[in-house]
Amino acid sequence: MIELTGVSKSFGDQLVLDEVDFDVRVGETVALLGSSGVGKSVLLKHINGLLQPDSGEVVVDGMNVRHLPRKELAELRSRIGYVFQNGALFDSENVYENIKLGITDETCAADENYCHDRVTQCLKLVNLAADTASKYPAELSGGMRKRVGIARAIAGQPRYLLYDEPTSGLDPVNADIIDSLVGKLQEELGVTSIMVTHDVRGAFKVADRLALLHEGRIIAMGTPNDFMTSKEAAVRQFLERDFDMTRSWFELESGDSGENGH
Amino acid sequence: MSSLTIDPRRYVGRFALSSASHVGRVSYLVLEMLRGLREWKIWAPRALGLANDIGYGSLFIVMLTAAFAGAVTSVQTGYQFTATIPVYFAAGVIVESIILELGPVLTALILAGRIGARYAAELGTMRVTEQIDALESLGRSSVSHLIIPRVVAGTLLVPVLVVFASVVGVGSGWFAAKSSLDISYADFVFGARYFFRPWDAWYAMIKSFFFGLAITLVPCYMGFTAKQGAEGVGKATTSAVVAASVLILFLDALLAKLLLE
Repeated sequence: MIELTGVSKSFGDQLVLDEVDFDVRVGETVALLGSSGVGKSVLLKHINGLLQPDSGEVVVDGMNVRHLPRKELAELRSRIGYVFQNGALFDSENVYENIKLGITDETCAADENYCHDRVTQCLKLVNLAADTASKYPAELSGGMRKRVGIARAIAGQPRYLLYDEPTSGLDPVNADIIDSLVGKLQEELGVTSIMVTHDVRGAFKVADRLALLHEGRIIAMGTPNDFMTSKEAAVRQFLERDFDMTRSWFELESGDSGENGH
Repeated sequence: MSSLTIDPRRYVGRFALSSASHVGRVSYLVLEMLRGLREWKIWAPRALGLANDIGYGSLFIVMLTAAFAGAVTSVQTGYQFTATIPVYFAAGVIVESIILELGPVLTALILAGRIGARYAAELGTMRVTEQIDALESLGRSSVSHLIIPRVVAGTLLVPVLVVFASVVGVGSGWFAAKSSLDISYADFVFGARYFFRPWDAWYAMIKSFFFGLAITLVPCYMGFTAKQGAEGVGKATTSAVVAASVLILFLDALLAKLLLE
């Protein structure tokens, strides 16, 4: 379980997070929505301790991230896969080495056979061919880089996956592939996921719950259905642009899943 | 109007605060490095690769610089010496100048540009493209993976390069002295030996070690703390070369005072 209580964060005079309360239950996928620059990535980076809050608490699996000693923080991070917005692949290493660095267990990482099998397995999970392993990040397309980033994040078999704008900068087809991948990984690996995005349609597609960050605060949190029926002005305004498309998709899905007991 | 008034105290204050902040953060980085030295399985292989790169990659430019420095020193010494001074004195001046000063300082300044700029740009790019965050998010120490290998490789390799530079500098000095001073080989060797003390070589090595530390640590710090995209990386790289060069000159003066007086 991930729980943020009263988290505030400023950069200089700019207050980015203002006493944010946010929680994610085990096994669910939460999409964190919000306009560009509103502080979604900042919030995400608090969860694995890449950023420390000015005030408030961040608790993961009962451990207060803010007060964790170095070794415990490293162990916690090894249980949290983080998919960066632009992949953040190590450009001097090939895909194999990049994914291998994601194997956080020291014993496994030292076993070359295990590493080879795990890298191949992760590439397969993200729908990439095995021969991608020998390529360098500069030789990959944007969509492939994102998928390698996901492969690296899952290589250490984490319990949590944090996605920072996994579909930004991608064309609709590739964005759909990544959205499907997020859903597939949630089903196959049973991980708890948080996806930061401003892609409303993608969020509705993969998330069990949605949260909207607006002016430093979480102003709405609930199921996709709660969002569709929300009277909150900021929620309506945020959904407006994609509203018709999202509603059509949502009604279609609800109709289908109604038969399946959604 | 009052807001437009330039108050020097404000600038001095800001500079002092900024300097104190840098010193604090560099000290913290050094502590992190000392802590990370235990993880030798991570940094040692990387340091070896980087040392190889620094050594082979810098050898040509270091030797070229030393060759010209040695030759010019000889010519200028010949120009200043008069017939009333024994010619072997000139050999002593040339060799001592190269070993004590020109070899270490010129090599260090060349490497500050070559290695310092590269390290600052590499780490700065890694910082702004979130590669350092990615490493830390995997529970790995960015200091052990990125900083220690660079600092260890540079600190150990700079003295080696200084030895090469000094040998080449003395050699080219001897060739140039033959024509500018009309000095025989025996006089040159006599003069060089007459003024040379073993401590001079130790002094050059100690100096080179500290220069190596400055050339690697300062740029690594600058790159590691780079901000704001390509502009930030550019600023970090420029600042790294300037700061490392100034530190080399400062250390040169300080070590001369401490070790030679």
